[in-house]
Amino acid sequence: MGWILLKRILRSGFVSFARNTVVSLSSVLVVTITLSVITSLIFVQAVLQSALGDIRNKVDVTIYFVPDASESKILSLKESIEKIPEVASASYISSDDALLQFKERHKDDYLTLQALEELNENPLGATINVKARETSQYESIAKFLEGDGVLAKDSATIIDKINYNQNKIIIDRLNAIINGAEKLGFLVTLILIVISVIITLNTIRLTIYIAREEIGVMRLVGASNFYIRGPFIVEGVIYGMVSALITLILFIPITIWLGNTMTDFLGINMAIYYRENFFQIALIVLASGAVLGSVSSFLAIRKYLNK
Amino acid sequence: MIYFNNVSKVYPQGGNDASLEDVTFSVAPGEFVSVVGHSGAGKTTLIKLLLCEEKPTAGSVFFESLNIHALKHKELTNYRRRIGVVFQDFRLLANKTAYENIAFAMEAAGKDEEEIMSDVPHVLDLVDLTSKMYHFPHQMSGGERQRLAIARAIINQPELIIADEPTGNLDPVNTYEVVQILKKINDLGTTVILTTHNRGVIDSIGKRVITLEKGRLIRDDKDGKYII
Repeated sequence: MGWILLKRILRSGFVSFARNTVVSLSSVLVVTITLSVITSLIFVQAVLQSALGDIRNKVDVTIYFVPDASESKILSLKESIEKIPEVASASYISSDDALLQFKERHKDDYLTLQALEELNENPLGATINVKARETSQYESIAKFLEGDGVLAKDSATIIDKINYNQNKIIIDRLNAIINGAEKLGFLVTLILIVISVIITLNTIRLTIYIAREEIGVMRLVGASNFYIRGPFIVEGVIYGMVSALITLILFIPITIWLGNTMTDFLGINMAIYYRENFFQIALIVLASGAVLGSVSSFLAIRKYLNK
Repeated sequence: MIYFNNVSKVYPQGGNDASLEDVTFSVAPGEFVSVVGHSGAGKTTLIKLLLCEEKPTAGSVFFESLNIHALKHKELTNYRRRIGVVFQDFRLLANKTAYENIAFAMEAAGKDEEEIMSDVPHVLDLVDLTSKMYHFPHQMSGGERQRLAIARAIINQPELIIADEPTGNLDPVNTYEVVQILKKINDLGTTVILTTHNRGVIDSIGKRVITLEKGRLIRDDKDGKYII
């Protein structure tokens, strides 16, 4: 009995999807738009994340050493810094490397280079670049370096300055921006999803409104609520699945185009991102489609059954 | 079999349907009862009460020992499977073929595939629609649609057939055919309740007639003619 019922409900859902061409197409169109919005939001999140990641990478704390500090002392300091749990990495740039980098950066600027030539010795000290795992951790790292830790006492003589205080405002602001952007992104995503769901719900409600007389007839013929509702929910799931497939296919040319033309602007290549995360995205889109279609049908038909 | 017990139905202001006032009658198994009256006399309201589409304001309606307006949802579904309904506007499922329309009623009642495959062609033959088995309702004439609706109503061998103005949209030839089919169903032992305002239909049936006027039952004749 259960199997026959399930089979009949499935068949009935498929048949009515195929026969109500116009209604099916318009529902599929609306659900496709909704799913496209959701998919776009996944991509926007990816761009946002990569942009924030880039900015995070550009922030660091640099420890400047006095020019005559010995390399072994600096390296032992570097090792100690790397042991601090908040530190993601610490990279050492010797004074010679610093000079080379400086020359490279100013290779078109003859005046500066000439001025440098005038000096007989290398005026640049060695530096250590410290990157924290989170931008909010720079403050504690800088305090640790400047403060009364064992580290600082031992190395006070060789450290010229730590540029955390100069960067502090930028780092603080960046922290605020990153937090804000993440919150805003989440909020916008939520609002857009809610709007899309409402639109989908209304469209499917309309398709079931068209079928309300049929529902009445089914009730009079003695069909149970479950048996009336089943095919509509199956139809809803089909709307969702078909729309999901259309959406996934639609995004292939879109991402390829974005990858070809906008990679520099967006910071990541969309086509590659889409290919690498295809299964996750496909899963999200298919599941959203199925849930959207079935839940909308379920809610929309309830009105005509509770008489 | 059916007992209307001091049934009154008052619609709130602005309702389209006529009201009923203190209607009492009973129908025995195997009877053929015609309900007549002008438009607005309350025929449709009476049918709606019988189908549980409306609840009475006062009084109660019994089907055998069931108070049909006190039924729970599941019991109501079972009750509806025991009656077959035919409407003036056919109420067929527009997206299903003739075969599927009838099969649906059987599926809803939980019949198995073999039974459906053998019974549906049989009942279509009975109403002379074998050639239209795979046509959709919109591809059929009014008379054909009404015969299909009757076939659907009788497929589950109901104890009662309710026909609400079944001939209202039909020409005389089709009207005659539909009435003959209903009489045949009644001869086979099924109770039939028919509403109509067609004098010819009543006179040709020659069975019990209940006359309604302005919501009141004014006549109940055993061997009735159309008298208003």
